Amino acid sequence: MDYGFVFSSAAGELFSPTTAAYALAALGLAVHFGYSGLLNFGQAGFMAVGAYGFAISTLSFGVPFFVALLISILCSSLFALLLGIPTLRLRADYLAIVTIAAAEIVRYIVTTNQLTKVTGSANGLAAFEGGFYAMNPFPEGSYMGMNNRDFFIRVIGWGLVVVCCVIVWLLMRSPWGRVLKGIREDENAVRSLGKNVYAYKMQALIIGGVLGALAGMVFTLPRGAVQPANYGTELTFFLWTCLLLGGMATVLGPVIGAMIFWVVLSLTQSVLYGLIESGAVTWLTTVQAGQLRYILVGVALMLLMIFRPQGVFGNKKELAFA
Amino acid sequence: MGAIAASILALLLVAAPASQAATPSPTPPPSNQQFQNSISGFLRDDARAPIEGVKITAKSGDFTGTATSGANGSWRIGVPTQGTYEVELDESTLPEGIKLAEGQANPRNVTFSQTSNLSVIFAFGKGIVVQEQNFAQNLLNRLVAGLSFGLLLALASVGLSLIFGTTGLTNFAHGEMVTLGAVAMFGLSAMNLPFWLAGLLALLIGGLFGYVQDAGLWKPLRGRGTGLVPMMIVSIGLALAVRYVIQFNFGGATQQLPFAQSPEIQVGPVSISPNNLWSLIISAIVIGLLGLVLLKTRLGKATRAVADNPALAAASGIDVDSVIRIVWISGGMLASLGGILWAYYRPGVTFDMGSQILLLIFAGVTLGGLGTVFGALVGSIIVGIFVELTTVFGLAADLKYVGALFIMIIVLLFRPQGILGRRERVG
Repeated sequence: MDYGFVFSSAAGELFSPTTAAYALAALGLAVHFGYSGLLNFGQAGFMAVGAYGFAISTLSFGVPFFVALLISILCSSLFALLLGIPTLRLRADYLAIVTIAAAEIVRYIVTTNQLTKVTGSANGLAAFEGGFYAMNPFPEGSYMGMNNRDFFIRVIGWGLVVVCCVIVWLLMRSPWGRVLKGIREDENAVRSLGKNVYAYKMQALIIGGVLGALAGMVFTLPRGAVQPANYGTELTFFLWTCLLLGGMATVLGPVIGAMIFWVVLSLTQSVLYGLIESGAVTWLTTVQAGQLRYILVGVALMLLMIFRPQGVFGNKKELAFA
Repeated sequence: MGAIAASILALLLVAAPASQAATPSPTPPPSNQQFQNSISGFLRDDARAPIEGVKITAKSGDFTGTATSGANGSWRIGVPTQGTYEVELDESTLPEGIKLAEGQANPRNVTFSQTSNLSVIFAFGKGIVVQEQNFAQNLLNRLVAGLSFGLLLALASVGLSLIFGTTGLTNFAHGEMVTLGAVAMFGLSAMNLPFWLAGLLALLIGGLFGYVQDAGLWKPLRGRGTGLVPMMIVSIGLALAVRYVIQFNFGGATQQLPFAQSPEIQVGPVSISPNNLWSLIISAIVIGLLGLVLLKTRLGKATRAVADNPALAAASGIDVDSVIRIVWISGGMLASLGGILWAYYRPGVTFDMGSQILLLIFAGVTLGGLGTVFGALVGSIIVGIFVELTTVFGLAADLKYVGALFIMIIVLLFRPQGILGRRERVG
C-alpha cells in the first residue's frame, strides 16, 4: 500500500472546499440545534436553495456574481421563513418532519422535467462559475501544489468559514445569543420574561439557513455543476454527523467535526482500496468498500449519540436535550 | 383475442406515464448491466407472438444507447441517469407485414418517474387505433390504485404510529424495515422456496428485526433515560447503517419478485393489475384485523393504554415493556408486509425503496395525527390517493410525491394535531 498517497489524500480532504462547505452547513445546524434547539433535518434543502438560487440567477438572468450571491441569500431566508411560520410554534419533532419534507420538495422540484429549461432537471446546471473565477487575484502558477483556481476557491471557502465562525461566536455571546440559549433551556421561562420566543427562533432559523445557502455555493462552485442528486436527505444526515462529532453548541465544533468526518472517510477509503488492490482483502469489491464507509458513518452517528452526545469539544451542560 | 390483447396494451400505453405498475411483460434478460437505470420493453405483435431483431435507440443529450430485441421479443437499454429520453424504434428492422399500430408515436419522449426501470410499450397491428382513455375512467382507475397504495402505506405507518404512541420515538429507520421485508422476500424466493413460504418467512424476519431492534437498542436506551431527540438521531444513524448494509449485500440494481409483472384485468368498471388488487385486499384485511385486535382484545386495550399514558398503564398492572416489545414485533411485520406489497406496486426491489416512501409514511402519520393508529390509517389513504390523483389532474408524474408532502405542511398550518389527533399532543 502506498502510505504516502493514503495520507496525502487524507490531508488534502482537510482543507478541501467540500470540507469547508460541510463546515459552514454544520455551523448553520449548530445555530439551529446546538444554540436554539431547533431540529432542522432539511439543511440539504437550504444548501440546494443556495446553490440553485446562485446558478439559476447567473444562468437564466445573467446577473453579476454579487447580485447572484444576494439573491441566493434572500431565497434561503425566504425558505426559512416559509418553513418557520407553520412549525416554530409546534413541538420539535414536527419541525424535523416538515424540514426534511421541505428539503425533499426542493429536490423533487429541481429534478422535475417540467422545469428542465430553468433547473436542468436530473442533469443539473453547469458553467455558472465564470463570474467567480474572473475575480481570482492569483496569477496562474502553482500554490502549494494547487493551480490558481483550486487555491482561490480554498481561500474563499475557508475565509468564509472563519468569518462566519467569528460572526456566530459574537452573536452567541451577545444578549441576543443568551436569549436564544435561554429558549433552548426553557422556552416558557424566556417567554415569561417578555421575550418574543417565536421571533427569536425565526431569526435563528434564518441565520442558520443563510449559512446553509453559503455552504451550498461553496459546495457547488469548485464542481462547476449543481446536481439534485447531491442534495438528498443523506447530505443532511452527514452534516448532523459532522455537527455531533465536533460538539453541537460550539463554534469550532462543526468545523473540526467536518474535518474529522472527511479525513476519516478518505482514510478508510484509501486503506480499503489499498488492501483490496494488494490482495489482502478478497471478500470486498471496491464498490462495496464505498458502501462500507457509509455503514461506518451510520454506526458512528449512533455510537456518538449514545455514548458522547456532546461530541469532541462540547460541554455536556450545553446539550439541547439534556 | 389478439385485438383485445393489443388494445389492452394500447390502453396501458396511455396510462403508462402515470403508472409505474403498468408493465405487462416478463423480466427482460440481463444485458447492458453497467448502468443502474434502464429503459426496457417487450415487442409482441397483435397475435402476442414475440418480434425478434428489431433495433431500438434511446437518446438524451450526448448519450445514445441501442438494443435489439431478443428471441422472446425483450429489449433493454441501460442509461446513465433518470431523465427524459427519446426512444425510437427502427421501423425498417421490423419483420415483413408488421407495422406499429396507428397513433403510436415513434420516436417518442419518455420520462423516468422515481423507479430505475422504465417500460416502453410499442403496440403493433393492423388498423388498431390507440384510444385516449377518457377522464372519468382514468380518474376511477387512479382512485383504486391510490387506495391500494394508501393501504400499503398504512401498513407501514400504523406500525410507525404505534411505536411513536407507545415509546415517543420518531423512527427514521422505519423505511429500512420496509426495505428489509421486500429484500428478504426476494432472497427467499431466489432460494426457490415456495411463494407462500417465502412471504411468511419474510414477515417473520421483519418481526424478528423489530424484536432485535427493541431488545438490543431501544430498550437499553429507554433504560438509560435517553431523551426523545437523541433517540431520533440514533434512529437516523441506524437507518443509514441498515440501508447500506442492505446495499452491501443486495447491490444497487433493481430486482423483481416472482409474478411481478401481470397484465391489467378489468374488474367491473376499473382496470387494475391483479397484483394491485391482491395488495388492496391483503392490506385491507390485515388492517381490519389489526383494528379488531386493538379495539377488542386485552392486548389491544393494553397497547392503547400504554400509548395514552405509560406511567399510569404501568401502575394499573400492565407490563409496559412487553407491550412495547409486541408493538415493535408487529410493527416490523407490518412494515415487512408493506415492503413486499410496495415491491409489487412500484414494481421492483431496491436497497433504497423504503427510504423513498419514508416521508410519505411520515406524511400519512402526521396528517392523521401523530400517535393515533386510526389517524395513521386515514392519513395514509389520503396520501396514497392524493399521490395517484394529482397525476390525473395534470401534475407531472415526477412531482407526484411533492403534492402529498405539501399537503402535510398545509395541514400542519391549520390543524397541527392532524385529522384525528388531540390538541394536547402538540404541546
